[in-house]
Amino acid sequence: MRLGLEIALARAAGRLSRLAGAGGGTTLPGKLLLRLDPDAIDRLGRRLPLGSALVSATNGKTTTAAMAAEILSTRFRLAHNRSGANLVSGVASALLRADGAELGLLEVDEAALPEVVRRIHPRALCLGNLFRDQLDRYGELELVADGWRAAVRGLPAATALVVNGDDPQVASLSTEGGTPTVFGLDDPRHALPAVPHAADSSHCIRCGTPYAYAAVYVGHLGDYRCPKCGHARPALDVVARGIELNGLESAAFDLVAPGGTTRIALRLPGLYNVYNALAAASLALALGAGLDDVRAGLERFSAAFGRFERIAVGDRRVLVLLIKNPAGANEAVRTLLAGGAPTLAVIALNDAIADGRDVSWIWDVDFEPLLERLERVIATGERAAELSLRCKYAGVDPERIELVPELERALDRGLELTPPGGELVILPTYTAMLSLRKTVAGRGYVRPYWDERAA
Amino acid sequence: MSRIVVGHLYPDYLNIYADRGNIAVLERRAAWRGHRLEVRDVSVGDDLVPGEHDLLYIGGGQDREQALIAPDLAAKGEAARAAVDGGAALLAVCGGYQLMGRSYLDGSGERLPGVGLFPLETVAGSRRLIGDVLLECELEPGERRALAGFENHAGRTLLDESGTPLGRVVAGFGNDGESGFEGCRIGNAVGTYLHGPLLPRNPWLADWLLERALSRRGEGDVMLEPLPDELEHEAHEVAARRARERGGRR
Repeated sequence: MRLGLEIALARAAGRLSRLAGAGGGTTLPGKLLLRLDPDAIDRLGRRLPLGSALVSATNGKTTTAAMAAEILSTRFRLAHNRSGANLVSGVASALLRADGAELGLLEVDEAALPEVVRRIHPRALCLGNLFRDQLDRYGELELVADGWRAAVRGLPAATALVVNGDDPQVASLSTEGGTPTVFGLDDPRHALPAVPHAADSSHCIRCGTPYAYAAVYVGHLGDYRCPKCGHARPALDVVARGIELNGLESAAFDLVAPGGTTRIALRLPGLYNVYNALAAASLALALGAGLDDVRAGLERFSAAFGRFERIAVGDRRVLVLLIKNPAGANEAVRTLLAGGAPTLAVIALNDAIADGRDVSWIWDVDFEPLLERLERVIATGERAAELSLRCKYAGVDPERIELVPELERALDRGLELTPPGGELVILPTYTAMLSLRKTVAGRGYVRPYWDERAA
Repeated sequence: MSRIVVGHLYPDYLNIYADRGNIAVLERRAAWRGHRLEVRDVSVGDDLVPGEHDLLYIGGGQDREQALIAPDLAAKGEAARAAVDGGAALLAVCGGYQLMGRSYLDGSGERLPGVGLFPLETVAGSRRLIGDVLLECELEPGERRALAGFENHAGRTLLDESGTPLGRVVAGFGNDGESGFEGCRIGNAVGTYLHGPLLPRNPWLADWLLERALSRRGEGDVMLEPLPDELEHEAHEVAARRARERGGRR
């Protein structure tokens, strides 16, 4: 029973990590286990009687996995890494904690996906999108795409492969292996007027010609066709139509699937959350869930950790929108504007490994429409000065930029400028979000993330 | 008040590391001195007319985008060299820097033709050189200045004996991770791996380029008046500290 002993040791490490106040113990047990036995994750995966479903994407993987968990949790006991610890060690930790689980539902980092697929032999794989993100870690977008292609190639027909048809790179994986389900949007009323600056795969992946888009929805995602070689979005199996976006409050759409059509009312805003919901629905359907389960689960879902979270802080509220790359930050800005733009925002830029050490991406975000409306912007985090420059060279009067590098002070300054009953908008990068949440939790307003249950 | 005409090469392909941040800095810093920057995109199939531009800019891209534009750029090579010979300033960053050399042998073994402006060759290595960088430069005799940026490249760039680097690497990898040199400079033309983007946190280089572009417009020797650059200096200090703490090691 070598695995049994290893598991006991690794779990003890997780408890120690929490006791020591070092954090959630969401990766340490897995790290320790993999140190003891690099193949342990393979065997942990095999303990799950229904196998595992993996979710990966540059943007939206935490939310998509959490939505799928909400749909599936009424039927199955899940092993789910809900706090977003998505490297191989985080996956191992989730599997370690999962006594009695039947199905693994695992969010996986884009670069870690090939190894996790090789070890876990997933029953289903849901691939959402590929945008430029943390190139200092991943090298080039093409390298990540090549890794995904190799991981998908030769998957057995028993593996459900759920892909976003609106992303040319991701859609092209549907012919590489597994049994594909292709999802996408079909509602040109919500198309952008043009492909945004930060678009990545907007040149034909076969011949390099710029795609002609019937509709661009988010970044380079949309209904594309190459005018030269004809490479085009594949036929969609699961579609979102009749999309309704209600500012910062909610969104709704018709989920059109082979088994029927149902109207979904989401408690989350923004077109990107329609994509997340569509991905989660497609995955759940591929795993055998019914349309009613899908609707009920999606309608129960409120927010994934730090992604679009409202936290009451005394008599004010804080609205946290995670930003981490141009495509995702553009959608955060778009959603804020749809809700009636705020006049004050705290933007927090850290440059730890998990944020990306290279902060150049902030210059590729279309912050301008938001900055034009802000009466005051508080720039904070390790790279607050760089962020201030981003605002200054966007044309913001330096008088309206407050440089407050220390996160907790920036939070307090933001709250001070927010009237009682009002809401403070905070756009933090990943580690800035963690530390702001910790501050707020320290004041007793949110539970620490390792205690959290899905809403 | 002068108009400065900038030719932005392949903005629709080479834009990976916030190249538009560099353009925004040139635009604002010109405007704050009463000059107007007119940015004209020059992309695949467009003519590059020598004499039209006071300043040329070419940014970074991934191997795929570089391969898509390299033949078109090589066909513009003579015009680009003529523009620089005629006094135009030039800033080439990362992928654009590589292609301003003679050639780039990319990671897939394909040799991309270059412009041949800078006396250098680039060959992709197996390990990428990624991290914060700090350089010491001396573009004008006796004026030592620091440049802080971020590099992320597989290419190893080797200067000819006759080539002048942009600067000496204080921290980070530089052209090839071994020579201790970074970038290349010929007259008013500067090529570098540093993005970040480069100009916001190194405003002196933005002003140097603008001064050269204004001189070419027939303004004689131009010295732009200083601007309140406290934020720029602070961002520079943070980036320089990052490079010293965690820049690539040779």
